[in-house]
Parts: sequence; structure tokens; C-alpha cells
Amino acid sequence: MKQILTIARRKYPHLRLVVLTGVRDEQFRTRAYAMGVDQFWIKPESDQEIGLFMESVESLLSREAQGGFRGVQSKSLVDIIQLECMSQNSCVLKISNGLIDGKIWIQTGEVTDAEAADLTAEPAFQRILGWKTGSFEILPADPDRPRTITTSYQGLLLNTAQALDEAASQMPEAPEAAAQGKATFALAEIAQWPGVECVLSLRGKNSKDYYGLEDAGPVAEWLHDTLTNFQHLADRLQVGQLQQVIGAGPRRKVALAAFGDAKLCIGFGPAVSSDQLRETFKNILTKFVS
Amino acid sequence: MGLLSLFSRTTRKALVHLPAGSFTVDREGKLMTSTLPQSFPEEYIREIAKQVLHCFRGAEKAQMPMAEIILHFSALKVLARELRGGAIVFLMPQTLNQPQKRA
Repeated sequence: MKQILTIARRKYPHLRLVVLTGVRDEQFRTRAYAMGVDQFWIKPESDQEIGLFMESVESLLSREAQGGFRGVQSKSLVDIIQLECMSQNSCVLKISNGLIDGKIWIQTGEVTDAEAADLTAEPAFQRILGWKTGSFEILPADPDRPRTITTSYQGLLLNTAQALDEAASQMPEAPEAAAQGKATFALAEIAQWPGVECVLSLRGKNSKDYYGLEDAGPVAEWLHDTLTNFQHLADRLQVGQLQQVIGAGPRRKVALAAFGDAKLCIGFGPAVSSDQLRETFKNILTKFVS
Repeated sequence: MGLLSLFSRTTRKALVHLPAGSFTVDREGKLMTSTLPQSFPEEYIREIAKQVLHCFRGAEKAQMPMAEIILHFSALKVLARELRGGAIVFLMPQTLNQPQKRA
């Protein structure tokens, strides 16, 4: 199955993939979605189930029947939102930055609501537009969604741009950054979280920023090798993406995660509890990826 | 049928069911004990053990020795404890209906 999905995804990216199987296995379902199928169905056994299945497939195909072009393109979120609003479209934009999913509701060319993590309305819209990379999907409109955003889309985009500029200009100096070596402000800010002792960010294999580490070279190499090797293992075992690695040792606990070509390692004190580590890492990832 | 003919010459590997269980390996990666079913390929066990041991050794070399690592994949959780140079590894398949505790 994996080979079929891999070949289909690569050679025919416009194809929608639906798995229809008689095998009732939760694990297979999880792994099929991890491999990127659009839908996973157990073979229908009643007329009602057949009807639901056909409706679901028609719904998938109807997005194709409406015409237009599909392809891989890099566009900013602002471009995408402007395009949908200026065309007076109604849809739901599902946007993912790899870690968090967000949604923007558009009804007849107006942005009516937004949702991201624990935020809604304009704050959620601003959070989503602050994401630098990610992917999007256009879902069917949801006209019954209550309207929480009343600002016009042009005003919304202006407000958001202003808020992002203000946030960027308000970043204070990291007082210990110079003494600790190379460190961006973002890493210095992360290091202020409770329990965090050191931070290492890696882009590619060699471009690294770090805070709180005396010799970051070997740690960077270990971070790169660990995440790369375990992702290869994930591909081999067909278990989807490697989401994170948590390590515990006598001197330190660590949490590792990858976003695109960037890798992040957070070092915690050995006394930090597992719950605190999980919660802190989750919050750091949310802010870091944003 | 054009799609099917694309891989008529390739080796087809069935999707292997992930078992829940554990195994231990020595410092060379040799399998010592296992509670995993025989249907789970031994090459997969060796590959998991190899990467886990490599991770433990790399951490030690980076002056960050680890006693335990937890790998969170979309469909699997792996917990490995260092054991006098070898390791004991627990496999825990994850499903969509299962609440996934992770950071």
C-alpha cells in the first residue's frame, strides 16, 4: 500500500486518495492518514453506509469539477486571503505550519471568523498570519459559522501587518547574549522559560544558533543525526512523521523536534518533571514555530 | 491499469502490523530477548536497535549522556532505556482514537 501511495503522490499529485478496505484495524487507519490519504473507509455494508461513502467521494470530486488550476506554488497567506476575498468566494481556509492547524472562515468575500490553537477571531487571524511557512487547504464553506470578525478583510490585513511590525520592533535586548556567544533573541527568550538551561537551533547541518552551551558543535551534530536517522526509521517502518524526541539523562533532559529544514533542541535541568517538560516544550514550540 | 503496471517489476512489501511489546539488545545490537511476535520482521528490530544505540552513543559523545529516550511518531511510540551499553526497547503503537500524551 505504501508503494502505491508513494508513487501516486509523486507522479499524480492532483489525484485524491481514498482507501477502501475490509480490514477493521485502527492502526492501519492511523498509518494510512499518516501517509497522506484523503479518506479512509471500511467497506460499506448497508445502503446508508454506501450512500455516505458516495457522498463523501462526490464531495472530494466536486472540488475538482469546479475547474481552475492546481499546482504547487509558494504564495504568502496575504495573497491567498486577498485572492479568495476579492473573488467574493465562500470557503474555509485550513492552514498548517507543521505543528499547529488554524482555520479562517470566508463568506462571500469577507473574513468572518478565525481559529488557531486556543485563540479565536482577530487574535487567531493575527497569529495565523504571523506564521512564516506552512501549507493550506481550501475546504467547503461553512455558512452556519457565527461571525466573530466584523472588520473588512482589507482592514484586517492592515491591522495584522501593523501588529506584527509593532511586535517585531518591541523585541528587547537579550542581556546575556553577547557573553554566551552567538544567540538570536528568540533563543534567549526561550531560555527564560522555567526549567530551560540551554537551547540550540539548527538550519541545514551547519548553520546553528545556541544559548547556554559551551561547545555547541557536538550537540548540533547529535541533534542533526538523531532527527535525520529517526525520520528515516519512520519511513522504513511506515509509521508517519517523527514528531519529537524526548531524552532523559543524569545531567540533563532534552526535547528535540524538526520543522522543515530547521531543528530545535531544548535542554532542561535534570530535576524538571516530565509533565513540566511536556507543557513547556509544547508552549515553546507554539511560539517558536509562530 | 497503467498505474498498476508501474510497479509490476518491483518488490511489493505488505504493510507490517506494528506489535506492542519489548525487546532487549546487547551493546553490539544483538537481540537478546523479545516479547514481539515472530510476524514482526527481525530486520525491523535490528534497525530500531541500531538507531537507538547510535543515539545513546552520540549523546554520550556530545557530553549529554541519556539514560532514556522516547520517540514520538504519528503511529508509534518507542521508549528505549540504556542498559549497560545495550538497550531495552518498548514499542507502543498509537491509534487515532488514543489520546496521545506528548509535549
